[in-house]
Amino acid sequence: MEHVLRAEGLRRHFGSGPSLVRAVDDVDLAVAPGETVGIIGPSGCGKSTLLHLLGGLDRPDGGRVLLHGRRLDGLSETAAARVRRTAIGFVFQAFHLVDELTARENVELPALLAGASPREARRRAEHLLGRVGLADRAGHLPGMLSGGQRQRVAVARALVNDPPLLLADEPTGNLDSAAATEVLRLLAELRREGRALVVVTHDPRIAGAADRVVTMRDGALVDETVLV
Amino acid sequence: MQDVVLALLAKEPSHGYELRARLQTALGPLGDELNAGQVYVTLRRLEKAGLVDVRVVGQSDRPDRKVYDLTPAGRDRAAAWLTDLSWERTAPTEFHLKLTAAAASGMADPVALVDAQRRALLRRLAEVRRAAFDQPPGSAAALLLEGASLRLEADLRWLESCAAHWNNRTDEE
Ligand SMILES: Nc1ncnc2c1ncn2[C@@H]1O[C@H](COP(=O)(O)OP(=O)(O)OP(=O)(O)O)[C@@H](O)[C@H]1O
Ligand SMILES: [Mg+2]
Repeated sequence: MEHVLRAEGLRRHFGSGPSLVRAVDDVDLAVAPGETVGIIGPSGCGKSTLLHLLGGLDRPDGGRVLLHGRRLDGLSETAAARVRRTAIGFVFQAFHLVDELTARENVELPALLAGASPREARRRAEHLLGRVGLADRAGHLPGMLSGGQRQRVAVARALVNDPPLLLADEPTGNLDSAAATEVLRLLAELRREGRALVVVTHDPRIAGAADRVVTMRDGALVDETVLV
Repeated sequence: MQDVVLALLAKEPSHGYELRARLQTALGPLGDELNAGQVYVTLRRLEKAGLVDVRVVGQSDRPDRKVYDLTPAGRDRAAAWLTDLSWERTAPTEFHLKLTAAAASGMADPVALVDAQRRALLRRLAEVRRAAFDQPPGSAAALLLEGASLRLEADLRWLESCAAHWNNRTDEE
């Protein structure tokens, strides 16, 4: 079976000498189509660094990343950016929405960048905002939305190019319990529709909803729990 | 209590007062209620059950002291307790003492115990949440499952603190 995502011997170190940090140290990880993998571990153990490497947002010092069997780490920056736009959706703890753009425009943006026509981008944005329960907030700026609503806009944006893989870094980290529940429900839906999902989380509910949970410690994956 | 005392004895033979001091260090304020009598009663029971041996050590300047040591049966039981991870009966205090005793005795790696416990709790949480998903919202069953889920979530969060604590300890050694 071909994996959606595969990391082999992935390594990323920062600094040198006594200040050397082995943020990611010889990590192997394979994600099957439709699989949800939770990554948990203490603060500073390297989860975000790993997720950035998996999504091609950062380059490894060693090892490789294969997206649908194709190497991601060796691509030029432009080629990597193209792959990221269409094959991977990102959701971050701090939402990373453009404050000057409305919810709808935020969602449209990656579609336009990937070459969709303005009409097509608009159609997809409207559809996705409806799906995350924000049809009536499409014209709002992020500053007028609650944290939970902003994160749902971010999820809609991550889905606009229909990527088979979603990478999320503590998607409920900035949310209260009720807003986190909404995002949780959304992630469960994405899982059911067969999208592969890698979620870094401190939220036991998200971990408990995964197919598999890996524990990271000091840059390495040290434990695994299979949940289905 | 019996199991904790056995596991603490696995490190080395001890006097009753040493055992009590170790328990109090591990428990902090929660250990204040622990009186010396409880430790001695426990030791006597363990002795009767053939799980500990007692040796009397003469001291020149003070009264004789009893030194307690594990019998082979006692060692087996301590090992079984350390690796038994059924959480239902395991209040935080008991699991905490288990990790302390595991580290002190060297009979098990506390971080490995935390990992095993996390696997068990995550599986249980996944089951509870799947079951909750099938219940109509607002039903009595959904309410109960929510309670079960919240407890498991709290336990899992606390386990991460345990992992960090014992991981740092092993790094320092
Ligand atoms: N650009 C960088 N330069 C130097 N060190 C870095 C850099 N990025 C991360 N690190 C270090 O790498 C280690 C891992 O950081 P990372 O952000 O991946 O941790 P994390 O597991 O995501 O933590 P948290 O749960 O707090 O988000 C940390 O020690 C961090 O200080
Ligand atoms: Mg992080």
